[in-house]
Amino acid sequence: MKAIRVELPAHLRVLAGLGREVRVEVDEAAGPVTQRRLLDALEAAHPMLAGTIRDHAADQATKVRRPFMRFFACGEDLSHVSPDEELPEAVVNGDEAFLVVGAIAGG
Amino acid sequence: MSGVRLLVGTKKGAFVLSSDGTRKEWSVSGPHFAGWEIYHLKGSPVDPDRIYASQSSGWSGQVMQRSDDGGATWKVMDNKFLYEGEAGTHQWYDGTPHPWEFKRVWHIEPSLTSADTVYAGVEDAALFKSTDGGGSWAELPGLRTHGTGPAWQPGAGGMCLHTVILDPANPERMFIAISAAGAFRTDDGGATWKPINKGLHSRYIPDPTAEVGHCVHHMAMHPGRPQTLFMQKHWDVMRTDDAGESWREVSGNLPTDFGFVVDVHAHEPETVYVVPIKSDMEHFPLDGQLRVYRSRSGGEEWEPLTKGLPQSNCYVNVLRDAMAVDSLDDCGIYFGTTGGQVYASPDGGDSWQAIVHDLPAVLSVEVQTLA
Repeated sequence: MKAIRVELPAHLRVLAGLGREVRVEVDEAAGPVTQRRLLDALEAAHPMLAGTIRDHAADQATKVRRPFMRFFACGEDLSHVSPDEELPEAVVNGDEAFLVVGAIAGG
Repeated sequence: MSGVRLLVGTKKGAFVLSSDGTRKEWSVSGPHFAGWEIYHLKGSPVDPDRIYASQSSGWSGQVMQRSDDGGATWKVMDNKFLYEGEAGTHQWYDGTPHPWEFKRVWHIEPSLTSADTVYAGVEDAALFKSTDGGGSWAELPGLRTHGTGPAWQPGAGGMCLHTVILDPANPERMFIAISAAGAFRTDDGGATWKPINKGLHSRYIPDPTAEVGHCVHHMAMHPGRPQTLFMQKHWDVMRTDDAGESWREVSGNLPTDFGFVVDVHAHEPETVYVVPIKSDMEHFPLDGQLRVYRSRSGGEEWEPLTKGLPQSNCYVNVLRDAMAVDSLDDCGIYFGTTGGQVYASPDGGDSWQAIVHDLPAVLSVEVQTLA
């Protein structure tokens, strides 16, 4: 298991009763650590976050990022990177956090 | 000792306003869910401590909350609103087909007989039901798929199902309203629906008397008269006495018949309240004077109620779910404004006072009458 560091925006920390950073366990033996697997694990550990970062979908594999939520890591905008692409090594190793950010819009 | 509890949804959180039966001194708690849009909160008539809340934001979509202790604490409930089967299309602003997309819950209507059963009217228009206290939601797809759906179109605020009225005399009967499709009724618990818009006349649609396409803003019923409904349409205040089979206009001497809210006195089924708004372009009261209009004759003849309301330089709006009546004697009337005021009248509208002046824009007001 890899403990991935995830930073949530303030409104979701309050909703889920979490601190600034949450550690999410992802089983690296089951495959590459991707954005989709990370967010699946985050929602499984904190069900109240389901539907707030990615829209609900009838099929788990078709969930997509909500338009005004963005993903950053290692100084890069990962919002438009395929959710099935492996996350940067520094995120997988726990050196850097995966940032979930509310866009400068939407409220 | 009787009391009342107001549940106020605003653009940036929910507030709970409480008073005893005199309704003179108020305590305010909140903001609950600070920063989120609270389109609606409503308590169960079976268990007043059970309150449901619709919480949403442009960033993070829909969240549903439930309280089992009268709003003191809250629990996140299921927020998965998925249309049943093929979502289909409705008409977009430019007339082209547009796929149904869930955006938010506009209105929550708890069952009259079970605290765990609750309905949710959503945008894009559809009706959902939960029978486990909000633990899961299932669409009643007969409404969306009944046949005229492709002709429905969004109003300026979106294509929202904003009104749900349960018939206390007939558990199989419900009324709903959609902007801009119109009013619909089911007589079989939500399995099948029929448009009930005969008598409505809307100049801003190609066929002013079309079966659907009317921008109904809100409807209200006195629980003792379930055949009679009052409607504030985009323009026109309407009335039906045959459960929506036919409507007639009762705008009468109103200075303008545009508006959003309509409600009925708790003990006088022919006493009705509206807040006239200048026009579809100018969403504020006429002449900067905030006036509630009351009819004691079921419409047609209306009197302005002004005591305690601002009569100069007032340019707020009163949105469709932002008026409520309690069931105390005298009946209390409440409404909230986009300027953040919540006004209360403990005497059926004769006089008013602002309970609060400076909340975020008020989206909805409900009242619970507590024993």
